[in-house]
Amino acid sequence: MTVEAVADTVPTRLVPGPGGGGPAPTRTVVAYGFWIFLLSDIIMFSGLFAAYAVLSGNTAGGPTGRELFNLHSVFIETACLLFSSYTCGLGALSGERQQRDRFYVFAAFTFALGAAFLFIEVSEFAGMVSKGAGPSRSAFLSAFFTLVGMHGAHVTSGLLWLVYLVAQVATKGLRPHVLRRLLCFSLFWHALDIVWVGVMTLVYLMGAR
Amino acid sequence: MFGRLTWDAIPFNEPIPLLTSAVVGIIVLAVLGTITRKGWWPYLWKEWLTSVDHKRIGVMYVFLALVMLLRGFSDAIMMRSQQAIAVGGAEGYLPPDHYDQIFSAHGTIMIFFVAMPFVIGLMNFVVPLQLGVRDVAFPVLNSVSFWLTASGMLLVNLSLFIGNFARTGWMGYPPLSELAFSPDVGVDYYLWSLQISGIGTLLAGVNMVTTILKLRAPGMTYFRMPVFCWTALASNMLIIAAFPILTATFVMLLLDRYVGMHFFTNDGGGSAMMYVNLFWAWGHPEVYILILPAFGVFSEVIATFSGKALFGYRSMVLATLAICVLSFMVWLHHFFTMGAGADVNAFFGIMSMIIAVPTGVKIFNWLFTLFHGRVVFTTPVLFSIGFMVTFVIGGMTGVLLAVPPVDFVVHNSVFLVAHFHNVIIGGVLFGVIAGYNYWFPKAFGFTLDERFGKASFWCWLTGFYLAFMPLYVLGLMGMPRRLQHIADTSWRPLLLVAELGAVVIFCGILCQIAQLVVSIRTRERRRDLTGDPWNGRTLEWATSSPPPPYNFAVLPEVETIDAFWEMKRTGRTAVEPVYEAIEVPRNTPTGFITAFFAVMLGFAGIWHIWWMAIIGLLAAAITALVFGWSENREQEIPAAELARMERTRLALERSA
Amino acid sequence: MDGADRPLDERTPGVEQNESRADYRSYTAGLGLAILLTIASFVVSQTSLLWPPGIPVGLIVLAFAQIGVHLVFFLHLGTGPDNTNNVLALAFGLLIVFLVITGSIWIMANLSTNMMPMSGSMPR
Repeated sequence: MTVEAVADTVPTRLVPGPGGGGPAPTRTVVAYGFWIFLLSDIIMFSGLFAAYAVLSGNTAGGPTGRELFNLHSVFIETACLLFSSYTCGLGALSGERQQRDRFYVFAAFTFALGAAFLFIEVSEFAGMVSKGAGPSRSAFLSAFFTLVGMHGAHVTSGLLWLVYLVAQVATKGLRPHVLRRLLCFSLFWHALDIVWVGVMTLVYLMGAR
Repeated sequence: MFGRLTWDAIPFNEPIPLLTSAVVGIIVLAVLGTITRKGWWPYLWKEWLTSVDHKRIGVMYVFLALVMLLRGFSDAIMMRSQQAIAVGGAEGYLPPDHYDQIFSAHGTIMIFFVAMPFVIGLMNFVVPLQLGVRDVAFPVLNSVSFWLTASGMLLVNLSLFIGNFARTGWMGYPPLSELAFSPDVGVDYYLWSLQISGIGTLLAGVNMVTTILKLRAPGMTYFRMPVFCWTALASNMLIIAAFPILTATFVMLLLDRYVGMHFFTNDGGGSAMMYVNLFWAWGHPEVYILILPAFGVFSEVIATFSGKALFGYRSMVLATLAICVLSFMVWLHHFFTMGAGADVNAFFGIMSMIIAVPTGVKIFNWLFTLFHGRVVFTTPVLFSIGFMVTFVIGGMTGVLLAVPPVDFVVHNSVFLVAHFHNVIIGGVLFGVIAGYNYWFPKAFGFTLDERFGKASFWCWLTGFYLAFMPLYVLGLMGMPRRLQHIADTSWRPLLLVAELGAVVIFCGILCQIAQLVVSIRTRERRRDLTGDPWNGRTLEWATSSPPPPYNFAVLPEVETIDAFWEMKRTGRTAVEPVYEAIEVPRNTPTGFITAFFAVMLGFAGIWHIWWMAIIGLLAAAITALVFGWSENREQEIPAAELARMERTRLALERSA
Repeated sequence: MDGADRPLDERTPGVEQNESRADYRSYTAGLGLAILLTIASFVVSQTSLLWPPGIPVGLIVLAFAQIGVHLVFFLHLGTGPDNTNNVLALAFGLLIVFLVITGSIWIMANLSTNMMPMSGSMPR
């Protein structure tokens, strides 16, 4: 299932030692650069996770996670994001195979599921604020809203990016540089689901007990 | 309409900022006016401001760093003077409110806008050349990174003229940095300028790591890379790992200040200690980000000017990677006294001592490289030797500070101040000055004047010791840092020596300015026509000085470490290659325009001008989207054209 | 990563016929596993059948498993030689995440226990 590398245009007489093949193909370079950018983003999230872990007990006499979290919504949110990751992967595959129509279908599903996730999350936030459990109520809530909200902001950016990419596919076609960007988008989208696993577990599942 | 920005923001009632603003304003207008009158704007725009060439971007980074060194040093000499004067009954000339801004600005500028841009600029310029490739992995992103750093720089400098800077020290600890105790724009200037330039730095880190790992000349395996590239790799890995922590921390402080959250406030369950913890989780790797490239410079300089291969290449690489990983395991030593207890302090104390070991390995390797070498005592070599002595002293006081009971005595005294200036000046600054002298001919085609270079070294060395050794003694005598007024008159003699040291350093800076002016005036005498003025060992010396925009018409085939040395030895440099068409990226104003809107966003955020902030943010996003839509980002240089350019260049070299 | 090290040229990906089904299978298998692990997480967190102090550990293990499923089945992070850089980068990133989170928790917990009790204290 893993793809083996094939050196493309490098002269074969050269030393085949580790990394001795000359500059890598553009797709590899772009994908790797984006991958380490994503890792840096995950480290940024870890700073917010650390703050949440430390401050989650500081409720300043206000509401706790157990009182506020609704695990039914969290389950539905998780399902939405997980399925959108799946459709994103299938969309990326379709793109690779130059199957434009299937790509549009999967992109649409990815967008819809991501938007559904956001809708539930925003409703949850609005509900909490209206109950007086907004981010300025306590350190716990500040950390909660910032961590979960930062993830939501990333999801929002992802959806906007997806629209932009679909527009590019529609106008420019599934050319190599567009496919590279699709690859970056799917890396981004999968990484967001990974971060959500952390949020779901550490914030909601542990917090609701 | 303009948020909280009013005419009161301009410091009409404070003579020093007002005078400085006026002088700087005049200088800026004079420079802009000269450029306009001489019709240089098209050239500057086309060749520099919109350039995506790593060499140009590297030079711009270093240029900005040097300019900011002047501002940072002005802050330093103002502080030294205040402390020399304001002893016992005397009040000095800087009120506390102003003094606090000066030490905060001094630290912020020196770390973020002198040291960082200097090392990033050197790495930008040198690494693709040493790797034998044409540019970094993402040239346009490189330009964006530079311009975002410049935006941060501009915002920090604006605080002198419009509003004020933070009074919290360069670390911005809450609760002082929270809204309750710093309600004015100072901390906001600090946060916005560092967030914006921090994004630039992070992107530069991604760019450089990708370049080093994925873009090297054919045959250049990992263990054939120059040591400077290894240190650049480690430093940029640290940037990618550490800067996001700072981003997160500043986001939290910004949210506290703007939206009333309670991450670090005194009330609502906030924890100011969490800020200190997270800040230093970034802060410790940051100092290694600064020092590792300097170590790389010394490796290159010492090997070249000893005429020998670097001793212990593999152990150098291992030591570098060890430092890289260990640097994330020591951060608590910046706050031993905050009260985590003996177990925690002991762990981090021991780790802090362990991290000195790989650096020791490096020192020995440099010494063994010099040993039995034919050493040429040029300016870079003098700085390298000065570094070795000075940095070792600073490192030793560091290991001393790593012992928690000792730290409890001298934490936040001027002993600490002496230690970190010892390692930063002796290590980072000497390294970047050595690199500046070493690679200047490659960048500009003529060497720098040696006499002024050596004079600047002696001034910096003497000045440093005069300025900071007294601080070690004063720290042990009990003098805290950041004092605007000194009550204990027995400290005065040492403070006067320190002031003298600052003056000698100033002479060093004057020598550097003179060096540049004289070198430019007499450049014909010191033209580098061969591209290899120092009989170098690595691939950057295989190009002309300055290199053509595409660096290498044909990527060199690497068979050993010190590839260029080997090429000279086997006569490969004389063989003409077969030319093929190549593609080079086109210039783009994307970086410059993004920066313009970043400044707008930052300024508007600071002054609460919400409509302007939204416009700035949207416009920056639109700039990215427009660039993302563009095609034809590269232009081709046909083989014949390439051959013609190369033959002209080589003919010129051979005529030398 | 999906096709990260394969050069994209004019040959249609139809060449990798076996690849295609394998990739669809990869995503579907990943989805199935992730669904199971997610449900398991919810069950573990709410059940009274497990020893309470063990539940956080269980949840963390399940979280790692879910993340692993994503990395392997969706991101195709494998063990081939061309994947080494990707895996090393991930390992470094995870090390830093671990150090920052556990380091912060350890440090802050120790600070907290050493804090003097406050009179007229704020609600915590």
